[in-house]
Amino acid sequence: MRNPLSKQIVEIQPSGIRKFFDIVSEMEDAISLGVGEPDFDTPWHIRDEGIYSLEKGRTFYTSNAGLKELKVEICNYLERKYNLKYDYNSETIVTVGGSEAIDVALRAMLDPGDEVLIPQPSYVSYEPCAILAGGKPVIIELKEENEFRLTAEQLENAITEKTKILILPFPNNPTGSIMSKTDLEAIAKVVIDHDIFVLSDEIYSELTYGEEKHVPVATIPGMQERTITINGFSKAYAMTGWRLGYACGPKEIISQMIKIHQFAIMCAPTTSQYAAVEALKNGDGDVETMREEYDGRRRYLLHRLNKMGLPTFEAKGAFYVFPCIKHLNMTSDEFAEKLLRTAKVAVVPGTAFGRCGEGFLRISYAYSLDDLREALDRIEVFLNDLNAGKVK
Amino acid sequence: MREKILTFIEKNSRIDLEELAIILGVDKITVMNELEAMESEHIICGYHTLINWEKAGVERVTALIEVRVTPQRGMGFDKFAERIVNYPEVDSVYLISGGFDFMVTLSGKTLREVSSFVSDKLSPLETVLSTKTNFILKKYKDHGTVMGEPTKDERMKIVP
Repeated sequence: MRNPLSKQIVEIQPSGIRKFFDIVSEMEDAISLGVGEPDFDTPWHIRDEGIYSLEKGRTFYTSNAGLKELKVEICNYLERKYNLKYDYNSETIVTVGGSEAIDVALRAMLDPGDEVLIPQPSYVSYEPCAILAGGKPVIIELKEENEFRLTAEQLENAITEKTKILILPFPNNPTGSIMSKTDLEAIAKVVIDHDIFVLSDEIYSELTYGEEKHVPVATIPGMQERTITINGFSKAYAMTGWRLGYACGPKEIISQMIKIHQFAIMCAPTTSQYAAVEALKNGDGDVETMREEYDGRRRYLLHRLNKMGLPTFEAKGAFYVFPCIKHLNMTSDEFAEKLLRTAKVAVVPGTAFGRCGEGFLRISYAYSLDDLREALDRIEVFLNDLNAGKVK
Repeated sequence: MREKILTFIEKNSRIDLEELAIILGVDKITVMNELEAMESEHIICGYHTLINWEKAGVERVTALIEVRVTPQRGMGFDKFAERIVNYPEVDSVYLISGGFDFMVTLSGKTLREVSSFVSDKLSPLETVLSTKTNFILKKYKDHGTVMGEPTKDERMKIVP
């Protein structure tokens, strides 16, 4: 029989955390700090709208780009929150999670050989999506000394004649790093000088802590016309399973994205779209409550990790911290595996998010305080044993 | 800061103070001082435990009693309330708007205990015009807490 597979897909490596997933799944008493989704349930009034839409029999396709009502609410939200103005009709598309928006945007914009700049550590899908879209991923390694922010200098050095798109994954999974307005202005200058485009994945935009609030890169002068802003409902409203996201950007790009989306997906789930309208209309309070809760856990984790000898920079976004283990003379993979086998705590090795994540771990705080306390107690004992030479 | 402390301890009054201070991003001393101050100002009126008595196998009856009263000259409704709050079996006394005046919640060991409170103590009061006793059959949610089994974390254990 002939080989049924595409060479390209076979060459793409599966996500590096698969191995851990398999071990953890079999360990009944393991505490996992490896989850990248909120621990909250979707607020009831949002679920209720979804249920109501089903009761009313709203079980048909919506238009390809999404329900008009939802697109209008998305644009209202971006305007009231960031003074970012998009036309709901021509500059907005509702997608199946932020993930689909990333994929569709790359496919709409890349020609074979175009280079895509991907800062890492970052979410696992950018690189394979860029390859599948015919592009060539070029990795920019973010540095801890910059708090894992992207600097204009790093960007400048990575740009070639073939560079077409820069992916901006902030607030960042897995580091928790954010970009300030000043940081973005410096990036914008380089982007405009070299006439490249930005795909800004802002799925964690509602989750920043402290004084610095999230700034969409499209609000920087000159950037809106060259930026695709991607966001969604998963993280802000604890709606991961609803699979709903969106992208806003110049109409020339959005209209092509709608074409791909139309042929591949048809439309995002109708029930989810109705629920999302409610989320945007009346969900600000829920977001605030969850953010407060995350912030407390974040402070608790930072305090304890630093105290127990895992230096951790102050992450100000998303729901992750990214402690450093370089001083322990083992790889992230080894550490994570030992921690799991001896202390029964699962964390994700930084390398799952790019080679430069080596020496770091991603710890999620999408867990109750009780779970976090128990897990940290176990990690502390593990570290003491490790230092005493008791762990093999 | 006070509101933050209160919001937190309303759900978990047993939290370690040092931990609470870390979570709120302040010194332990600050938290301790605020708590002490709020206790003496009677903003914090007590630290109670939410118990599912049914599950504990302890027989307990709770009733919500709607009471209509005649307000008294110069005292309004306060006089009635001041009398009623003194009974240890009374859990709460609220003055409310609408079709009746007071909502009194009461718990006792048996139906008879509760009904005899109503007939012997409450109804004979001069100012009481009428009472209506509603017995609680099942508690689904109390003090913001759903009484059923705790839900299990059904998320996949590792998600990028």
